[in-house]
Amino acid sequence: MDTDTDTAAPANTADPTRPDLPGGHPSELSSPPPRGETAARRSATRALLRLSPYAGTVRTPLVTATLLALLAVLAGLAMPLAIGAAIDGPVAERDLAGLGWMAGLVLLLGLVESGLHLARRRIMSGPTTAVEARMRQDLFHHLQRLPVAFHDRWPSGQLLSRAVNDLSTIRRFFAFTSVFLVVNTITILVGLAILFSISPVLALIMVVIGIPTALITLRVEFRYNSESRLAQDQQGDLATTFEESVLGVRVLKSLGRGRHLARHFAAQARQLRGTELRKIHLLGWVWMWIMVLPEIGVAAMIAYGGYGVATGTMTVGSLVAAITILAYLRFPIDSMGWLFSEANETATASDRYWEVRDSLREIEDPAEPADLPRPVRGELRFEDVRFRYSGSGGAEERAGDDEVLRGVDLTLVPGETMALVGATGCGKTTLTALASRLADPTGGRITLDGVDLRDLRLADLRTAVTTAFEDPVLFSASVRENVRLGAPDATEEEVVAALRVAHALDFVSALPWGLDTRIGEQGLSLSGGQRQRLALARAVVARPAVLVLDDPLSALDVHTEAEVEAALRRVLSGVTSLLVAHRPSTVRLADRVALLEGGRVTAVGTHHELLASEPGYRALLATPDDEDGRDGVAEPAGNEVSSR
Amino acid sequence: MSDPADAGTPDAGRSPAPTTTPSPTDTSTPGDDWRGVAAEDVEDPEGQASLRLERRSRRLLGELIRPRRGPVALALLLTVLQNASYLAGPLLVAGAIDVGLPAALDGRPEPLLWFVLGYAGAAIVSAVLQFAFITLSGRLGQDVLLELRQRLFRHAQRLSVSFHEGYTSGRLISRMTSDMESLDRLLAEGLDGLFTSLLSMIGIAALLLWMDAPLALIMLAALVPLVLVAGWFRSRSRSAYRRTRSSMANVITHLVETMNGVRAVQAYRREHRNDEIMGEASGEFRRANKRALDVLAVFVGATRSLGNLNLVVVLAVGGWWVADGRLELGVLTAFLLYLRRFYEPLDRLAMVLDSYTGAAAALEKISGVLAEAPHVAEPSEPVRLVSSRGDVRFEGVEFGYGEDRPPVLPRFDLEVPAGQTVALVGATGAGKSTLAKLLARFYDPSAGRVTLDGVDLRDLADEDLRTAVSMVTQESFLFSGSIADNIRLGRPEATDEEVVAAARAVGAHPFVTSLPDGYRTEVHKRGGRLSAGQRQLIAFARAFLAAPAVLVLDEATSSLDLPAEQAVQRALETVLRGRTAVIIAHRLSTVLIADRVLVMDGGRIVEDGPPAELIGSAGGRFHALHEAWRDSLV
Ligand SMILES: Nc1ncnc2c1ncn2[C@@H]1O[C@H](COP(=O)(O)OP(=O)(O)OP(=O)(O)O)[C@@H](O)[C@H]1O
Ligand SMILES: Nc1ncnc2c1ncn2[C@@H]1O[C@H](COP(=O)(O)OP(=O)(O)OP(=O)(O)O)[C@@H](O)[C@H]1O
Ligand SMILES: [Mg+2]
Ligand SMILES: [Mg+2]
Repeated sequence: MDTDTDTAAPANTADPTRPDLPGGHPSELSSPPPRGETAARRSATRALLRLSPYAGTVRTPLVTATLLALLAVLAGLAMPLAIGAAIDGPVAERDLAGLGWMAGLVLLLGLVESGLHLARRRIMSGPTTAVEARMRQDLFHHLQRLPVAFHDRWPSGQLLSRAVNDLSTIRRFFAFTSVFLVVNTITILVGLAILFSISPVLALIMVVIGIPTALITLRVEFRYNSESRLAQDQQGDLATTFEESVLGVRVLKSLGRGRHLARHFAAQARQLRGTELRKIHLLGWVWMWIMVLPEIGVAAMIAYGGYGVATGTMTVGSLVAAITILAYLRFPIDSMGWLFSEANETATASDRYWEVRDSLREIEDPAEPADLPRPVRGELRFEDVRFRYSGSGGAEERAGDDEVLRGVDLTLVPGETMALVGATGCGKTTLTALASRLADPTGGRITLDGVDLRDLRLADLRTAVTTAFEDPVLFSASVRENVRLGAPDATEEEVVAALRVAHALDFVSALPWGLDTRIGEQGLSLSGGQRQRLALARAVVARPAVLVLDDPLSALDVHTEAEVEAALRRVLSGVTSLLVAHRPSTVRLADRVALLEGGRVTAVGTHHELLASEPGYRALLATPDDEDGRDGVAEPAGNEVSSR
Repeated sequence: MSDPADAGTPDAGRSPAPTTTPSPTDTSTPGDDWRGVAAEDVEDPEGQASLRLERRSRRLLGELIRPRRGPVALALLLTVLQNASYLAGPLLVAGAIDVGLPAALDGRPEPLLWFVLGYAGAAIVSAVLQFAFITLSGRLGQDVLLELRQRLFRHAQRLSVSFHEGYTSGRLISRMTSDMESLDRLLAEGLDGLFTSLLSMIGIAALLLWMDAPLALIMLAALVPLVLVAGWFRSRSRSAYRRTRSSMANVITHLVETMNGVRAVQAYRREHRNDEIMGEASGEFRRANKRALDVLAVFVGATRSLGNLNLVVVLAVGGWWVADGRLELGVLTAFLLYLRRFYEPLDRLAMVLDSYTGAAAALEKISGVLAEAPHVAEPSEPVRLVSSRGDVRFEGVEFGYGEDRPPVLPRFDLEVPAGQTVALVGATGAGKSTLAKLLARFYDPSAGRVTLDGVDLRDLADEDLRTAVSMVTQESFLFSGSIADNIRLGRPEATDEEVVAAARAVGAHPFVTSLPDGYRTEVHKRGGRLSAGQRQLIAFARAFLAAPAVLVLDEATSSLDLPAEQAVQRALETVLRGRTAVIIAHRLSTVLIADRVLVMDGGRIVEDGPPAELIGSAGGRFHALHEAWRDSLV
């Protein structure tokens, strides 16, 4: 056929159907999730073997089901024999009583056969759906604990297609494919053995025919494998594009770009169709050979048998018997084509599944966790903290100029509120993420009450330190559940108190079901400021020892901001807090201010001290009125890397 | 009872308007109260509506198949031929044994050879036809899927924002992924199995009727219980499969949401709870799926038993008739042989019926989305707007999210002449974004109208409207892809230079060039590669590049530091010349560049005038706001 094994190249690289729209969404250009190129070269068997830990949990039912299926096949085979006996015996002899007995026997065999099939399916339905659920649960469990960096790179469509499509393929493998691979193989072998006992030469003919069949199958298997990998990856891409188009529907609408993305989606869908068609083509090809070669074998056998009968080396009876056996083998042999494709898809699915499961969690509980002193004082200290986003980009990466944080030294005294000020993109959010170990520093260390964060249990750390993120993510759950996210045991009073601090109680009570109202996916049915206040309430309800607030008031109007500030001030007294701020108003909440510049904390002091002494600080936080005539300073920020 | 005096308190709110009483069907799993109450919980209901659902999905299926009648007919023809050549095999074998062998014994090997060659030939023809059929029907199936995927995508884009808010992305995604997969399975396996099985059954039935009508009638009578069992199976497995569809949607929703909010999940130690929730959702799916499989097991068992029973009856009756001399022994033998073949494809047919039921449940869900009429629909005969001046008017506009909720914007009028820059300020939740969204036609007002250059937005073609009005939403959503791709979304045909110019204008250029890959930097999922402020700048550059007649900025600079914000303001002053602009901002520095300020409170515009004038009017709200803001700057 037309392609060679190099079709296993990564998805979409050389794709003629890609729209030449410059604004296309090349989500596929971001390479992170490994593509099939390596997987295809691995053997399908090895991929299937990786399922063995899960296969182990269904071993007993699997073996039972296989036995039952085998018995059912045997009963099925015995039925025509019994019918034959009935016809040759009682019917031919007009013996009605005997006929009754034989009919009873056939009935028995028939009921046994169908009963066994029923039992097999019943036995498997529970365990195999359980395995699927279990694998999904394990995947989900693992995913939740993978570092944020992983999630930034893996589009959720790819994860989704693994958790849904791949797992259902694997379930089907356990339920049917594996069982019938075994049963059919045994049936075919038994058939061959009987054939051999009738006439070794006839059996030999079948074996000889089997060799090219196996070769063709193996050759195609390789290609089929890489195509099915490609198809599954493309399904993931498609899911990703669709997901983005749905989540970003407001942007697409406001710019009128729905059609544009639809064209991109169509191109991707057509690619998937192309891959599926190639798969179907390969499958049809294998199937064709699997069908035709044994038939040619049968033809050869008849020819040979006929010759044998003519020359007297074989009886008509044994030839007929041989042909009958082959007729019974027909279905098992034919279905091998389908089983073959299913097994390959399962191998691919298993590869894709384990790719995610094999990703390292990186951020985990230490082997010998240290304990935090009780009560936690909340002294947070950054010591020469360095951070670099891994794989953040191009060739210059190794030049060493890409560290976001380059030796941050900062100590938060217990109970103090420290504002963190810096230009857009200078690394404030990065620094706050380190405090609750969403990422680990690539150099230096961070301590809480003198203990390195990496020596703490994650649960302890994240109970002691909570963060309100700059993008307030709300989950589709009730307001109460969203606020109690980090403190599931918080009482109603505590929730209400937290809402009050965030100045959110008024609007929450005005919601149709109050605290029980489900707030839409990502809280989009609330206004921006309302969402931000809920995220704030969530951070304060847990009464952490260290509170990290990343630009918590950016979406609030001046009046509300002042009120929230007043309430926060009460909460913040006694709590160590790190407060990312862009506005003088927010800075006023702080006891001290740290200025983050060029990946370092270059100055720490009170707002007024820094205003007086630090030109960089003045540039960031001076009022526009002071600014008149000093336009030069206002070169937009964010270029800290190049400016240094 | 009749006095809703305390409608504002949570408790009174708990008894919602009767029309939207949340149905227990979707939320009745134990321990489910965390999910909270919402009005959209009613999924496609079971029962009476079931017929309607089926009709709707059948119609969709018809729409998809009809244009492909030709290939479908060809595929049918191929299977007929394939089956014919397949069935020829046994006849040729019989011929070889009955005719060829005796001849060979007589020393004439030619007839046997011919039979053998004929057999091989039939096998080859059958295999080639099979290949042709598989590729053809595969292509058909893939074409149908492709079209359905595209339709779903386009339709999802056409549907209004309010639909998306109610339906949730997870469910929509599950329509596109797992429901499509069900269909794929039916198309991949079903067509083949269905045609082949039906054909061989029909063929054999005809043959048997021809051989011996009375006996064949006995045998055909057994089809009656079979049809009954199939009916039982359909109804049971349909409801099971429907449940698998909605529970899978829950699994997907939970997965997607968790993955998208993974920062919060980890920082708030939500993992365990999420595991539990996933366990529940996945367990529900597992139960539904197991149920469907168990029903299938019974069905397959029952059809087999019926088939075997039938065989026994024919054997007994036939044997009796043979003994009576009413029937030839040979006929009975052949009959029994064929009868077994008759029931063989029944297994496959059961599987087809099973995939069909699964796919039908999926198709119901998909057709449900497709049948959803866009609330904010494009007009059928749009008024063309060649180049908009940017004259915006709200005339007697009223708006509320959902009829049962109090209006967010009570009736108001507003006129923004072309070229004016209007700033919208007010407390959070006052309705600023809502007003902006009406202007961008995310929603249609519940009364009154919004016009652009005197034309009702509802009469404008989407294309024209979107070219004329662009909005930077409060949440700066970036798509995966490069920075350039994201900016270019504003105007796909823009050159690289224009993209850079837009970035430069909003002050994003310096940071972009400092990135290792510059404009080709991948922003990762939702722009996770960039800082919040950087994302805002990109989103801003995107709208900038679109260069609309009316630009709506909803807190487009809230995450920027002051110098960056000032740079943006300077850019705005040049950009907005000659354009109409609506700027929503809490930082009054942005507001001061406006020609006119609107102060909103509780959905009403309470002050309206040039900024300097409003600042001067002591006692006014803007005055107070401005005072507070000035204080906050120190
Ligand atoms: N996942 C990532 N991979 C690579 N680089 C990143 C990643 N996230 C952020 N960066 C880069 O690191 C720098 C710091 O980002 P960070 O989000 O910490 O900025 P910030 O100070 O919080 O800015 P802002 O005020 O806009 O929120 C930015 O230049 C950004 O481009
Ligand atoms: N999609 C929605 N569905 C239901 N209610 C909504 C939706 N969006 C907003 N609301 C409600 O409408 C009111 C006005 O919201 P809007 O987003 O217009 O406020 P805003 O003035 O933009 O506030 P902010 O400054 O916080 O962004 C709020 O009470 C909000 O909860
Ligand atoms: Mg930030
Ligand atoms: Mg808003």
